[in-house]
Formats: sequence, C-alpha cells, structure tokens
Amino acid sequence: MKDLFSVVMLLGIYSLLSASFFVAMDAVDVAFTEAAVGAGISTLLMLVVITMTGRSEKTTRHKPMLALLVVVFTGGVLIYGTFDMPYFGLADAPIHNHVSPRYINDSMQEIGIPNIVTSVLASYRAFDTFGEVVVIFTAGIGVLALLSVVRRPEDSDKITAINDSMHERYLVIRIVTKILLPFILLFALYVQFHGDFGPGGGFQAGVIFAAAIILYTMLFGLNTARKVINQSFIQFIAAVGVLLYGCVGLVSLLNGGNFFDYNVLTNDPIVGQHIGILIIELGVGCTVASVMIIIFFNFAGRREMQQHNKKVHSSDLESL
Amino acid sequence: MISHLPVLQVIVPLMAAPLCLLLRRAQLVWLFALLASSLAFLISILLLQQVMTSGVISYELGGWEAPWGIEYRIDKLNAFLLLIITAISTVVLIAAQTSIEKEIPKEKHTLFYILYLLSLTGMLGIVSTGDAFNVFVFLEISSLSAYALIALGNDRRALWASYQYLIMGTIGATFILIGIGLMYQMTGTLNMEDLSQRLPQVAQTRTVFTAFVFVIVGVCLKLALFPLHLWLPNAYAYAPSIVTVFFAATATKVAIYLLIRFTFTVFGLSFSFTTLPLQGLFLTLGLAGIFVASSAAIYQKNVKHIFAYSSIAQVGYIIVGISTSTVMGLTATLLHLFNHALMKSAIFLALGAVVYRLGTIQLSSFHGLGRQMPLTMAAVTIGGLSLIGVPLTVGFVSKWYLLIALIEKGWWLVAILILLGSLLAVVYVWRIVEAAYFKEPLAGSMPVKEAPMLFLIPIWTLIIANIYFGLDTRLSVQVAQSAAQGLFGVSP
Repeated sequence: MKDLFSVVMLLGIYSLLSASFFVAMDAVDVAFTEAAVGAGISTLLMLVVITMTGRSEKTTRHKPMLALLVVVFTGGVLIYGTFDMPYFGLADAPIHNHVSPRYINDSMQEIGIPNIVTSVLASYRAFDTFGEVVVIFTAGIGVLALLSVVRRPEDSDKITAINDSMHERYLVIRIVTKILLPFILLFALYVQFHGDFGPGGGFQAGVIFAAAIILYTMLFGLNTARKVINQSFIQFIAAVGVLLYGCVGLVSLLNGGNFFDYNVLTNDPIVGQHIGILIIELGVGCTVASVMIIIFFNFAGRREMQQHNKKVHSSDLESL
Repeated sequence: MISHLPVLQVIVPLMAAPLCLLLRRAQLVWLFALLASSLAFLISILLLQQVMTSGVISYELGGWEAPWGIEYRIDKLNAFLLLIITAISTVVLIAAQTSIEKEIPKEKHTLFYILYLLSLTGMLGIVSTGDAFNVFVFLEISSLSAYALIALGNDRRALWASYQYLIMGTIGATFILIGIGLMYQMTGTLNMEDLSQRLPQVAQTRTVFTAFVFVIVGVCLKLALFPLHLWLPNAYAYAPSIVTVFFAATATKVAIYLLIRFTFTVFGLSFSFTTLPLQGLFLTLGLAGIFVASSAAIYQKNVKHIFAYSSIAQVGYIIVGISTSTVMGLTATLLHLFNHALMKSAIFLALGAVVYRLGTIQLSSFHGLGRQMPLTMAAVTIGGLSLIGVPLTVGFVSKWYLLIALIEKGWWLVAILILLGSLLAVVYVWRIVEAAYFKEPLAGSMPVKEAPMLFLIPIWTLIIANIYFGLDTRLSVQVAQSAAQGLFGVSP
C-alpha cells in the first residue's frame, strides 16, 4: 500500500474493528477508549500529518528481507507461546482466581461504585492511571517542544486571509457542525461523570471533548479556534490536570494515609473514595482534552505556516 | 513523613514538572528543577540509609495491600540505583542552564526542564516500583521524554537519531509489555514479589518461556546490548550535551537494573539461567560488544561518538559480570553501574563545556585545547583514565572486581579478553589526549577561553568523586556487595 491516505483509513477501520472485538470480549471500557482514541482522534492527527507530508509514500530501494525475517520469527515465538495458554474464558484460569475475585466481590463494599473497571483503575491501581496521565502530559510537552512555531502578529493577518477563503466552500458542514457541537460537548461531560456507573471516565471524555474542539477548528480555522482557546490557557489546563490528580494523593498523605488512599479524605471511607475518584477523573479529563488540543493545534499550526510560506513564496515570484 | 519517602522519591520530580509549566520563566524553572532534583537526591540518601540499617521497605500505594494494589518496594539494589540517578541528575542540572543557552532556542528552555524532570521521574519510577505493569507505565514516561529531549539537539541529524531511538525503544517497550501480559495471564498477578512466588509453578510452560524471551529481548534493546545497540551512538552524539550526560550516566543503568530485576527476582536465578542458555549468550554478546564497540570507537571523528561507542563497550563489561551468575560477578556489575555513571557523566559534561566554547565536537577541533581549556581537558583525561581502569580511579575498582569474579569462576580466557578490551580503551582515549595536548591548534582557529564556572564546578565534583571512590571503596563496595547478596538470597 503506497497511498498513505488509505493506510490511515485502514488503520481507523482496524481500530474500530478491534473496538467491536473488545465489546465482544466484554471489555466495554477498553472498547470505548479504543474507539475514541484509536479510531477517532489518532486517525484525525495522522490525516493532519498527511496534509503536510503528501499522500504517497516515497519509494526506497531498501530491501526489507532481514526485517521480514525478524517479524516472522517474532510472530512464530508469539504463536509458540499461545500453546500453553489457558483457554479464553476458562473458569479456573489463573487470572480469574488470584487477584480479581477480590475486585469482583469486595469492591462494592470497599469503594462503593458499581463499575468495577473504574474501581480498579481509579482506586486499586490509581498510581498506574496517574502514570498514564503523566505519559499523556509528556506527549503534549514533547509536541510543544518540537513542533511549536513562534507566530508573529503580522503573519496571523495573512493566515486569516487563507482561512477565510477556505470557509466559503463548506457551508452545509459548518452549519451541521454548529448544531452538533453542544451535543458532543454535553456527551463528553456525561461520559466524564458517568464513569462510576458505566463505561467511561476521564480518558474517553477528554478525547471526545477534544474531538469537538478539533472539529470546530477544522471548519472555522485555527485563528478563530485560538480566539476561543488560548494557547497558554490550554497549557495551563494540561498542567492543572496532572496537579489536580497528584494533589489528591498529597492530601491523603497529609491526612495520615498512604499516597492515593482515598479512605482518609473524609470521615466516611466510601464518601472519600467517591470524592477521590471524582477529582482524579476530572484531572484525567482536563489533561487528556488539553493535550489532544495542544497536539492538534501544533500540527495544524505547522501546516498553516507551510501554506503561508508557499503563498508568500509564489507571490514573491510573481512580483519578479 | 519518613515512612512516605519511597513515594515522595518519585512524586517530588513528578509534581515539579507541571509546576514548571506554570512558572514559565526559564531562570526560575531552572532553579526550581534543581531544587526538586536535590530534594530527590536527599530522599535517596535517606532511603539508602534506611534500607542499609533496617532492610527492605515496602510501601502500599492507595493503602491497598500488595497483589491488589501497587507496591513500592525498596531494597538495597533499588536504593543504590536511586542514589546514582538522583545524584547525577542534580550535578548535571547545575550546568544545564549554561549549556542549553547555546544549544536550544530560548523559548524552549522551560519545556526542556519539564521534559528533563519527567525523564527523571520515569527512571525513578521504574526503579522504585515493585509492580511489573507500573514499570511499563514509567518506562513510557521516561522514553517519551527521552525522544523529545534528544530531538531538541540543534543538529538536524538529532531528529533522525531520535526517530531511530523512538522506533527501537517502542519495540523494546512493546516486547516488555507483551512479556508482562503473558506473565499476568499465567499467574494472575502483576506484583513482582508475588510473581516470583507463583511463576515457578507454571515455569515449564511455553507461555512463560515466551514471556521470558520477550522481556529479556525488550530490556536488552533498551540497554543497547550488542547487537541491539544501533540506536545509541547517534542518539548520544546529536542530543543536546546536557541530555547526553544525563542519559549516558543513567538511562542504560535503569535498563540494566530492569534486566537484573527480571532475571534474578521475578523469574528467579535457576529459571533464568537454565531455560535459556543465558550465561553463554550474555558472555558472548558482552565480549562481542566490548570488542566491536571499542574498535568502532577508535575510528570515530566525532568525540561524542567515541564515548557513545565506549558506553556500548561498558555495557558489555556489565553484562559479562551478570553472566558469571555469582555474587562476586554481580557485585562487579553493580559497582560498574555506579562507577560508569561517574566517569561518563564527568567526560560528557566536559565535552558539553567544549561544545559551549567551540560549538563543535569534532576531534580535529580539539587540537591544542589542552593549553586553552586546561581544566576541562584535564577532566576528560582523568575520566578517560578511569574508563581504561587505571589504579586510583573508580574504573580500576570495578574492573578489579570483575577480574576476580572471572578468575574465581575459572574463566581465565575471558579475563584475558577483558584486559585486551581495556587496551582498546587506551587507544581511543589516547587519540583525544594526543589531539588536545600534542597537536598545534589549527591555523586560523580562534583562541578559546576556559569553560565557565557553572561547568567547572559540576565537572570537577564528578572528577573528584571518580578519584575519591577509587581510593575509598568502602561505601560503594559495601552497598554493591550487600545488594548482590540480597539478590542471591531472595532467589533460591
């Protein structure tokens, strides 16, 4: 496959399929994340990259025989490894008999929320989730460090001109988007706060929220979007998300518990767990949404500079 | 607060990173990062003291006990590594502000410090945790920030180097994740202590064998074991100088820690060294690494490349130490982790000072530098001597222990090969000394001044440490020895 556009589309389809696969295996939360992140936002980001790099792969004379061998060998070892695996869904498989019974039987008394997945990732293994949030934050900072372009005010006038000329064309999509946007944002908030009871939580909500903003940006131009969401404001939110999450841990330290021990947050341990999970999910949502927006803005910002430079270049040639 | 030290070790730099984004002013952020790193250093000293007197510390995150929640488990090995990482990070940060001033555009300085702190956090997290999946999460933090930091280098080739590292590193991390997943499937637990107890029951299955292979290959990619080292030289050579210092001294050490942790604690010594021909494999690859990388180092024109290849060779010595699978050999390995961190950080920091003054790091531009930057060049020379293993330096101590371990084992030939490998180090170090002291400056080159104070202080702190720990080996040997004994004690 040499056409990168179709590669990206296929990747998106693959993600969506694996999401349905996860649903079939009763991992609804994972499926939700996969659909939102894999099929949704990462496809979008890759498409932005394609607009910058061009649609077709460069042909190389490099012969990937060795790579093929390594891949086949690795695949072979993986298949070899499956021979002694317990069958899928087997009741006495080790994963069902060691750690998980406690999650299933006791999490309702210990944490008091019906969605066990949320209990595990936000309380039993809250530190892993904290780590994941920091990973996302790191990604955002990395993109900022490598891709951010310094914008001069005189440039932005010219860039607006490019944007305006583009917009006249997509009238229908723009109107439909305007109608849809509040619902998407509302849905993001629903997912954010409903994570205790059904699939959802900060990661998915953040991504959906960011998707709404990105949709808006694509149709109304980066500059309009920048007026709504200021660059330094969004960075501030990304940092605040991580800090919010971490501070829950610090508060439990100060209240005499271990890090992320939500039981000590209030007098009633169950209420403490509820509050702890609510706040950390909010932190997750903030960081995820703002990092996605940061990544998109910086990708798109580069694309804009490229367009702009091209235009300036061609007008220079004309004047000659 | 004393009982919370294990988690504070990681949380302090972690929370400092987003705070830096709020501070914004580069100067302020530098001081703040330095403060956070020094605090982490202080905590690691306290932790080491605590571990040496009262044994293993276990800390339950979230108050959930071990296999259900995540456990931080600090034994002598972890505490030793934590000390190395935080000490180097703090010393290096002193010089950071001056160094990046010339190498990174001004508006990116704040982001640089944030990434630096995140990278530090990742490494500390990997070392502190007693949970296999938690290792992966923090591995991601440290790797992602590492890719970005390397790509910040002002040479355009830095981007390509970082991209290569990204691909290799991601493959490594994925392999480790696959391994952890398979282990979880066979045992139902992610806690390392718990894994080590439950794995032997299922040890004879093909799934566990596959898990072991994937973890080992993944970790070896990360630690740049020959022949999986190809990403390393360029990544080190084109990264900003400060990043090179920090990673050369710590990043591979963390990967080696993981290797030791997985082979000795999680899978257990008897499993690790019997299912796979690990002993022979490590010995061959380690020796091959020493010779191939040292010979490659001799032919490099870029001085950073020379020492990057030398780092791969040093990994070879460390792996040979592990392959002996004796307490003595492991002691030598752990000692070399500590000592190599000291010498490489001193050398690369001195090279950073050269870049600061000259803007280039080609061997030809070193001509006559011995007279123009005497203190910096003296540091490179002493560091180089330590690398060779000359008595009175730390390099001698760890090579000595390694030789004793090999002779104890009766591997005379290997011992001789190790000595021959050191001779190769003499050659590449000599090329730099020759250029700096015995060649006239190139015609038309500008005279240069000695490096600024903010460089010289950390460089010479490290050099003095190189000599001090070469003479007074009580601290390092005692800790390394008891850590090695601990590892053999845990695994029957």
